[in-house]
Amino acid sequence: MVVNSVHWFRKGLRLHDNPALQEALNGADTVRCVYILDPWFAGSANVGVNRWRFLLESLEDLDTSLRKLNSRLFVVRGQPTDVFPRLFKEWHITRLTFEYDSEPYGKERDGAIIKMAQEFGVETMVQNSHTLFNLDKIIEMNNNRPPLTFKRFQAIVSRLELPKKPLPTITPEQMDSCRIKIADNHDEHYSVPSLEELGFKNVSQADAVWKGGETEALERLNKHLDRKAWVANFERPRINMMSLLASPTGLSPYLRFGCLSCRVFYYNLRELYLQLRKRCSPPLSLYGQLLWREFFYTAATNNPNFDRMESNPICVQIPWDHNPEALAKWAEGRTGFPWIDAIMTQLRQEGWIHHLARHAVACFLTRGDLWISWECGMKVFEELLLDADWSVNAGSWMWLSCSAFFQQFFHCYCPVGFGRRTDPSGDYIRRYIPKLKDYPNRYIYEPWNAPESVQKAANCVVGVDYPKPMINHAESSRLNIERMKQVYQQLSHYRGLSLLASVPTIQEEVEPSLSDDSQASGSSTTGAMLKCQRTTTTTMVTTEATPTVVTSSAATTAIAAPATVMRPAVSAQPQRKRGWPTELQSTQGCSQSKVQHISKSSTSQE
Amino acid sequence: MMKRARVNITSKCQGFPSADGRIKRQKTELLGPFLAQRPAEDWGNLPHHVVLQIFQYLSLVDRARASSVCRRWNEVFHIPDLWRRFEFELNQPATSYLKSTHPDLIQQIIKRHAQHLQYVSFKVDSCTESAEAACNILSQLVNCTIKTLGLISTARPSFMDVSQSHFVSALTVVFVNSKSLSSIKIDDTPVDDPSLKVLVANNSDTLKLLKMSSCPHVSPAGILCVADQCHGLRELALNYHLLSDELLLALSSEKHVHLEHLRIDVVSENPGQTHFHAIKRSSWEALVSHSPKVNIVMYFFLEEEEFEPFFREETPVTHLYFGRAVSKDMLGRIGLNCPRLVELVVCANGLEPLDEELIRIAERCKNLTAIGLGECEVTCSGFMEFVKKCGGRLTQLSIMEEVLIPDNSYNMEQVHSEVSKHLGRLWYPDMMPTW
Repeated sequence: MVVNSVHWFRKGLRLHDNPALQEALNGADTVRCVYILDPWFAGSANVGVNRWRFLLESLEDLDTSLRKLNSRLFVVRGQPTDVFPRLFKEWHITRLTFEYDSEPYGKERDGAIIKMAQEFGVETMVQNSHTLFNLDKIIEMNNNRPPLTFKRFQAIVSRLELPKKPLPTITPEQMDSCRIKIADNHDEHYSVPSLEELGFKNVSQADAVWKGGETEALERLNKHLDRKAWVANFERPRINMMSLLASPTGLSPYLRFGCLSCRVFYYNLRELYLQLRKRCSPPLSLYGQLLWREFFYTAATNNPNFDRMESNPICVQIPWDHNPEALAKWAEGRTGFPWIDAIMTQLRQEGWIHHLARHAVACFLTRGDLWISWECGMKVFEELLLDADWSVNAGSWMWLSCSAFFQQFFHCYCPVGFGRRTDPSGDYIRRYIPKLKDYPNRYIYEPWNAPESVQKAANCVVGVDYPKPMINHAESSRLNIERMKQVYQQLSHYRGLSLLASVPTIQEEVEPSLSDDSQASGSSTTGAMLKCQRTTTTTMVTTEATPTVVTSSAATTAIAAPATVMRPAVSAQPQRKRGWPTELQSTQGCSQSKVQHISKSSTSQE
Repeated sequence: MMKRARVNITSKCQGFPSADGRIKRQKTELLGPFLAQRPAEDWGNLPHHVVLQIFQYLSLVDRARASSVCRRWNEVFHIPDLWRRFEFELNQPATSYLKSTHPDLIQQIIKRHAQHLQYVSFKVDSCTESAEAACNILSQLVNCTIKTLGLISTARPSFMDVSQSHFVSALTVVFVNSKSLSSIKIDDTPVDDPSLKVLVANNSDTLKLLKMSSCPHVSPAGILCVADQCHGLRELALNYHLLSDELLLALSSEKHVHLEHLRIDVVSENPGQTHFHAIKRSSWEALVSHSPKVNIVMYFFLEEEEFEPFFREETPVTHLYFGRAVSKDMLGRIGLNCPRLVELVVCANGLEPLDEELIRIAERCKNLTAIGLGECEVTCSGFMEFVKKCGGRLTQLSIMEEVLIPDNSYNMEQVHSEVSKHLGRLWYPDMMPTW
């Protein structure tokens, strides 16, 4: 029987360690590698030019590598549900392969495609390679609930077998046996689009700090390991001015797009460690970054509302302020706090910022200063941040805003002091806010405190050339700590004076050992937040002082006029999202409706 | 016949929700024939106390729906017991994601249940209109006996944007009419001295709790008047600029009950330029000898250089929270002069590790059971020494992983296992995602 395969690239934009692609090649007569995107909507999607460029460069790189194997990448314009029926018929496809997508939207989309393939008599093969572990296995081992603390997650991971060994890269011999004839007009139909085709005008190519693609990823991996070997220190490096800048050994965007296999990274780290520290087995902390990623994927995989506060069982309900003006100032780097503005400028220009810088701006936007919902920040990151993945991005934002995962909320970052401690020279600020370059170190983090003469001498008067600080940090942290306390005390039913004890501790964290049996109460995470261990330590008159009328809020929910829908300023119109390749899309609701819409229109065409 | 009668009853009834007429009608039509045929099993015949019992488990909206079923249920809906506590939520769609209490419901409450309200709170978002709406409701609560009143801003302090006269007149309506207020929470509002006088004149026998942090229109004399007259006051929250030796002495007079809880927010109005007065050691001593168990909670939001006047002498503070960076000096003084300290939270410090200061705090503050350290660098050895000295009495220990500096004696893994050993439970530093 003839086997004609299509391998569908989404993430996993690489030829090394690509088990699904190996499946496509296995015993096949022909193999075609496709990537599906809809340029029609691309320009208007809520995805910034840097992310698009990174994607296109990664696709170019794939195409170049496939050419070397006498094949090509087929970039097919359209939506998967429209495209596949056409491809199945045209190419007489019998086998479809792709990498497993753990995210709720991806699972739903893939389910629909698998069903469609079945109707066309096409067998589908799906392989897990975007994460180190089988996430469902982790959930199963935690009594069928995703672990909600990183420690618990680590405890489970430490009992798992090592991740599967990475597979070798595709060889010319493998490709030779299933070669297809590339049409002369291939580029006419299937070339990698340019940014112009996607609707981005006048984009200078020179800007890109991060170059997409597997080739670049592997070079960076080598440099990354070389540096680790050179330093021979596997502790997390202490942050300084240099760590704030884009590093030629940074890997996170490459892991995000799958230009680099996480398992390759994992095993390379492990081997290096074993080589340098002969007797020790590597500690989990060696894989810090990789495990955080895994943690958030696990938390999100069964929670379609992971990216919102409403109807999200793990998210604490916080009465965030709705303030589009303040949000815009933050997003555009006009807060008047140079440390915050420099970070947001770097993010916009380059698409990457250091994780502590992420903490700083996330804290500032949410619980630290502006008291604006983490969902708004998440959407800005989604547009600008190269390594923003639906699960990881939403999870990090919930973490940093203390909306989930049992965080102590007193850890607030000061928009002046934090930066100053990290980079006392202020060179980072000067690099991204050139207006402030002539400020003396003493005032560069708080230019509004500089005497007028100093401001004039530096050619940058606060309030004229650079904005005044949009908020009084001391005042807002006073208010916000109270608000957080209100929220958390209600959650934990704690009425004592202790600030620290307001945060509930989760049962799973306290449990000394893991139990294998799945005797757990239910499969959902609902209420996990409330399973706290907390007894009231002080009972005072206060207890009656602020009666919490649980009923009233429930009542108003239903009685009140049309519900306030969460649609922060930065969100795009639902259908505008269509342009971003579907597997990278993030808004569940609209994506789902889109799928329905398209399947309807495709049936009507037939 | 019976059906029609019922329809008449329900349509005449003013029962809430009036906006929900359609549901009401549907329900009556649905139940009507059934009930008409078998009157003996009419759910409406359930005794009041049974329905009341059930209603207490229902949300307000479910209660409201149920109240549309029949006259008896509607009667139960309006039983005063169900209206003692109420939380008004006032939000604007432009500024909040939260829903508001329906205006019809508010009207119903003012008309029919004002006299039943005892525990009332208002939650408002950052919009001035919401705070104004709260004041409007307050000024209509004339026939009531409110015991606790809370004005809570969930985002920005919007009561501060209401005109002072509007706010004060609304608040005094409650003060004058209630006459048995025991708890008042009015942080971040423009309450002033005259309105406090009205409060004292009408509620001095009953007032137990007063929270008024960041109320800039109150003077030290204004709060002193409260302390002088309200001898039952057990809890007080205010800003440092209202704290005076006289106030502490007034709270320590023989006539006064033991104070249980004093919260002080230390905020500077002109950051970096405010000079803070000192409180005499004797005044603190008077307070503690009158109320030996008093909790004194201080929240600091100051610049480093403003800490100069604090903790120069022994201070009986129990809970300390530093919202911004603290100098090593200041922490050193805390170790020396705060023997009653129970909880210490430090958000940040300067550039040098805090080792010695922490160790001294562990040695001298024997009651310390909770500590939280944010951006405060400590060496692993210093931290271990601190934990060893405190031992199992630390019920809360929170430090960010990234500020622990590994040294020759301890790495992170060892810190985790050693600290767990000393605390007698599994302990980890707080982590932030490295992504």
